[in-house]
Amino acid sequence: MDSITTAASVVAAGLAVGLGAIGPGIGQGSAAQGAVEGIARQPEAEGKIRGTLLLSFAFMESLTIYGLVVALVLLFANPFAG
Amino acid sequence: MGTSPFVLPFAALEVGQHLYWQFGKLRIHGQVFMTSWILIGALLTLVVVGTKKMERDPKGVQNLLEFLWDYIRDLARTQIGEKVYRDWMPFIGTLFLFIFVSNWGGALIPWKLIELPSGELGAPTADINTTVALALLVSLSYFYAGLSNKGLRYFEYYVHPTPIMLPFKIVEDFTKPLSLSFRLFGNILADELVVAVLVFLVPLVLPVPVMFLGLFTSAIQALIFATLAAYYIGEAVEEHH
Repeated sequence: MDSITTAASVVAAGLAVGLGAIGPGIGQGSAAQGAVEGIARQPEAEGKIRGTLLLSFAFMESLTIYGLVVALVLLFANPFAG
Repeated sequence: MGTSPFVLPFAALEVGQHLYWQFGKLRIHGQVFMTSWILIGALLTLVVVGTKKMERDPKGVQNLLEFLWDYIRDLARTQIGEKVYRDWMPFIGTLFLFIFVSNWGGALIPWKLIELPSGELGAPTADINTTVALALLVSLSYFYAGLSNKGLRYFEYYVHPTPIMLPFKIVEDFTKPLSLSFRLFGNILADELVVAVLVFLVPLVLPVPVMFLGLFTSAIQALIFATLAAYYIGEAVEEHH
């Protein structure tokens, strides 16, 4: 692998995870906000709300994980390595 | 993964290195097969032992198995619906238990004590081939569920609210297995990598909470995979009016 491909791959891997984390970060923030408001309004529903919140967190997290998969492919199984 | 991986110099992570077994023209990842067979064996032993002497008042292993059965039944019933959930409960339950046991077995059993000539033992679900196989099985089964329950009327689903949805629904058939497999693979591999990097940097105390977080997320991932599989099957057998 020549140095320019290595450099581009490492930068792209960083960008893939970093940019991919922005959206889910915002989403998880607003989901947590909704959950906290729900619990404050109805403390007896805490168990149900927590379960749903964790499940939806995992869905949002998987969006970043897609970026991570791309980054891992670039770092460890680079198709342009030649 | 690819043919020419490079190992990061700052941590001895062996991503993309495998123990290859040659079967004719097929090259398979031996370490994945070894761990999955061991874990499937453990799961089968547990189930056989638990159902051998069934009692009216469940105790010990039987109690645990009945709890799991209840849990999987509730999951399947809420997602697939009262009418056909019984046909699909074994499939959903198998998916859930296999993924759960693979994820936790990969994290809890000290595989690294066993030295392999190449690659290393770990969770079977941290290999993309395992997760793609599971996701394609889900695809096949929701097609089968739809076609066997509704016949050719299954294809009404593609034009259900309006025919404008047709291209999106066709694309969805391809993105469903893609996202299912990547989600599971990425999460489990990420857990293993984070723990490996932390153990390399700070070998004491600090990795332990991250390991617990990894156990938690891998349990949730097993639940998500099973829930989504059940949801896709439920979507296919649902009657539109």
